[in-house]
Amino acid sequence: MLVYALQFAFGLFGLSLLMNFIRLIRGPNLPDRILALDTIYINSLALLILLGVWHNTAFYFEAALLIAMLGFIGTVAAAKFLLRGDIIE
Amino acid sequence: MSKLIPAPWWSLFLLLFWLLLQNTVSFGVTLLGLILAVIIPLYTMRAREYPTTLHRPLLAVQYFLILLVDIILSNFNIAAIILMPKKRIQPALIEFPLDVTGSVPITILASTISLTPGTISAELARDGRSLLIHALNVQDADATVQQIKQRYERRLKEIFQC
Amino acid sequence: MTDLPQWADLLISFFLVLGSSFAFIGSLGLLRLPDFMARLHAPTKNTTLGVGSVIIASMLYFSVTDSLSLHELLIAIFLFLTAPISAHLLAKAGLHLELEMTENTRDLRKKPEQYSDKDH
Repeated sequence: MLVYALQFAFGLFGLSLLMNFIRLIRGPNLPDRILALDTIYINSLALLILLGVWHNTAFYFEAALLIAMLGFIGTVAAAKFLLRGDIIE
Repeated sequence: MSKLIPAPWWSLFLLLFWLLLQNTVSFGVTLLGLILAVIIPLYTMRAREYPTTLHRPLLAVQYFLILLVDIILSNFNIAAIILMPKKRIQPALIEFPLDVTGSVPITILASTISLTPGTISAELARDGRSLLIHALNVQDADATVQQIKQRYERRLKEIFQC
Repeated sequence: MTDLPQWADLLISFFLVLGSSFAFIGSLGLLRLPDFMARLHAPTKNTTLGVGSVIIASMLYFSVTDSLSLHELLIAIFLFLTAPISAHLLAKAGLHLELEMTENTRDLRKKPEQYSDKDH
């Protein structure tokens, strides 16, 4: 049962990433692209966690945590840049 | 005591965070966590500009639980909106007059609005008296404002006594 | 993968399916909704809860097969704290750039000048 659920989840997250990439390419504006990148990092974080369950190891946890933190900082920096034309005021 | 541990809740939070990060509870790890939980608030106390006190901790727990349930319900709501025909959704920009004051309560309220059904806080007014909300699908804007006031803002006012 | 008791198998599978469906619907909303401010709603709510659900499944799996494991909770807490902040900043950026919204949008601002960040 768990194997099928995992395969189903892998498939759906892969499709989600594909749709995010379409949005990333289509735009049409910069905030849309930043939002697409933001969603891509959250989805890939979920994929990493799934991979950890699949291989039965806890080694992927640190990588997922780091992606969560760096992705948030990246989104905030990009949004700040759009708002002010400057990241550090 | 209050000099050594200026913010007890924060120290407790740091200790729990440390234990979660280590994922074990042994003597050495807990001791190091305790030392860090004392040192970090002492060192960074000067950087805290907004001292706020939690007047009703139990009510805060209740608020958190209500929020958790609402987040789950709001997800079904948004999922239904996403799956329905494009032309029928009616977004709106709403002004939300704020009753709470102080940076921390306003921040919590804005985050709550962003996480609950169909609304996102977009901007704080220049005078700090109202929030600009983007709602994904509303028929009656006033009802939405009243609902947020009744459900969340009233409780936040009681928790922070502002 | 190791063998699991029946209830854990079903529970973990349920959370995995639920979480991935929510994340999928969130990404579908990102692709499908008409304007930027509407698109902002889908990833902040649905994708965050979807990943949260997957994290619960992972926590259950490692707690059942190995010893009690709660540290995945950190990622969930972090995501739930940061999702509204990045949404708020992106909404600000969208308003600042005056992006086009669908014709259905009703603007109910009483004092629009309070929200513009242009200098007077």
